[in-house]
Amino acid sequence: MRRIVVVGASAAGLAAAETLRREGYDGSLTLVGDEPLAPYDRPPLSKQLLAGEWEPERLALRAHDDVAGLDLDLRLGVAASGLQLADRTVELADGSTVPYDGLILATGVRPRRLPGAGGHVLRTLDDAVRLRDRLTPGKRLVVVGAGFLGAEAAAVAWRLGCEVTLLEPAPVPLAHAVGTEVGEVLTRAHLDRGVDLRCGATVTEVTGDGVRLADGELVDADEVLIAIGSVPNTDWLAGSGLAVGDGVVCDEYCEAARNVYAAGDVAGWYNPLFGLPMRVEHRTHAAEQGMAAARNLLHPDARKPFAPVPYFWSDQYDMKIQAYGYLRGHDEVAVVEGELAEGRFLAVYRRGEKVTGALTVGMPPKAIRRWRQAIATGADWEAAVPSRSRVEAAPGGATA
Amino acid sequence: MKVELEADKCVASGQCVLAAMDVFDQDDDGIAILLDEQPAAEHLDGVREAVAICPAAAIRLVDQ
Ligand SMILES: Cc1cc2nc3c(=O)[nH]c(=O)nc-3n(C[C@H](O)[C@H](O)[C@H](O)COP(=O)(O)OP(=O)(O)OC[C@H]3O[C@@H](n4cnc5c(N)ncnc54)[C@H](O)[C@@H]3O)c2cc1C
Ligand code: SF4
Repeated sequence: MRRIVVVGASAAGLAAAETLRREGYDGSLTLVGDEPLAPYDRPPLSKQLLAGEWEPERLALRAHDDVAGLDLDLRLGVAASGLQLADRTVELADGSTVPYDGLILATGVRPRRLPGAGGHVLRTLDDAVRLRDRLTPGKRLVVVGAGFLGAEAAAVAWRLGCEVTLLEPAPVPLAHAVGTEVGEVLTRAHLDRGVDLRCGATVTEVTGDGVRLADGELVDADEVLIAIGSVPNTDWLAGSGLAVGDGVVCDEYCEAARNVYAAGDVAGWYNPLFGLPMRVEHRTHAAEQGMAAARNLLHPDARKPFAPVPYFWSDQYDMKIQAYGYLRGHDEVAVVEGELAEGRFLAVYRRGEKVTGALTVGMPPKAIRRWRQAIATGADWEAAVPSRSRVEAAPGGATA
Repeated sequence: MKVELEADKCVASGQCVLAAMDVFDQDDDGIAILLDEQPAAEHLDGVREAVAICPAAAIRLVDQ
């Protein structure tokens, strides 16, 4: 293999490129990214950058010298526009064509939008700087969507002295992901601070001066942030013959077609640890999968299934939320340490017979590590979780 | 080789400890602690793994 192309120059793409070099690959390595900037980190966009605590320079994923040391053919500010599997070439928007022996797709996701004009989204450095500059004290900000991103942005805006309204269609924010009981703890954090969280509020349109709800009500705002999830960047692969569903469809090795791999937010693959197809939008996961894809591409005779325990964190107000595993679609939740009511707890999640997830707020790292291990080894729920700690029979169900 | 840790970037993920237990630890808030600035050769692969996986890009391994 003498020519490898990586498309998408962010967490997953950079990790893939670094891993290829670290594993001794010394052929040509092209990294294509449509953003004009050197690879930067996204999680701080809704945290320190939005809060005005960090300047954009702090977000660089690697020091300039470290990137230079990778000896890349770096094509920044130009999008990949097409893929020819049969010819093994990637077409770029500037009209050039790059041939490959191996290809890694890491084009991430983009924010879903709403009908109507205006409204901020929060995915790129530009997005974050634009929103930051508007969040002055007293401004009325409406955040559409109380998922992790919307909740983080609401928390920062509240701290900056904005008047924040958070609109969420579900009865309890994040209940589908973390369960009703934990979702209610996160809800309380908003309400306690006077953030106007309104559940059951579906936004149908962004208007010139706010948003319109499904029942026709207009909610006034100076600024609107749309945080209603994302769409994988796979449009450029249309007609390539690659299977695209919820992201690029890959097997357990992260391979989408022969010598074509995908990694990060854009990649759907089969996780043998959970026996489930997944697509994960977490920062650590992007790097891990970039590394795994690179290794499998480079060592076809020693490929390993990619079977990670996904990890995620989120900072909201004074809470640091950390989660391991796969929480979505769980069958049961138990609080094994701390108290939900005190906002300091460790909750674990069951799917089938196994411990498949853990979520914690404000607990020390050693407590968490034990449960990560339980998930990684597929620990049996009955054996691992004391029955008195179980709080929820089923997501959205009654408290036991 | 020398390890550099920017602790104020750390998000307490614990990934560095999983990758190189002899070089990193975490305090009670989860923030990474550097146990060994100049780890022995046998730990360097683990440190490189930690550099690659750290979700805050808070770790660097520099030649000196
Ligand atoms: C505001 C914000 C806060 C977040 N906070 C957290 C957090 O607290 N914890 C956590 O675990 N995760 C968090 N995440 C998620 C995390 O940042 C992502 O999981 C991670 O960035 C995924 O990396 P990636 O490389 O797969 O995709 P991306 O970071 O999306 O990178 C893909 C790159 O490919 C480029 N690209 C797209 N199409 C093309 C094309 N056709 N040609 C060339 N280039 C293309 C994109 O412009 C982009 O630069 C956050 C994300 C955001 C936006
Ligand atoms: S991997 Fe990075 S973010 Fe995680 S604990 Fe270590 S230094 Fe901190």
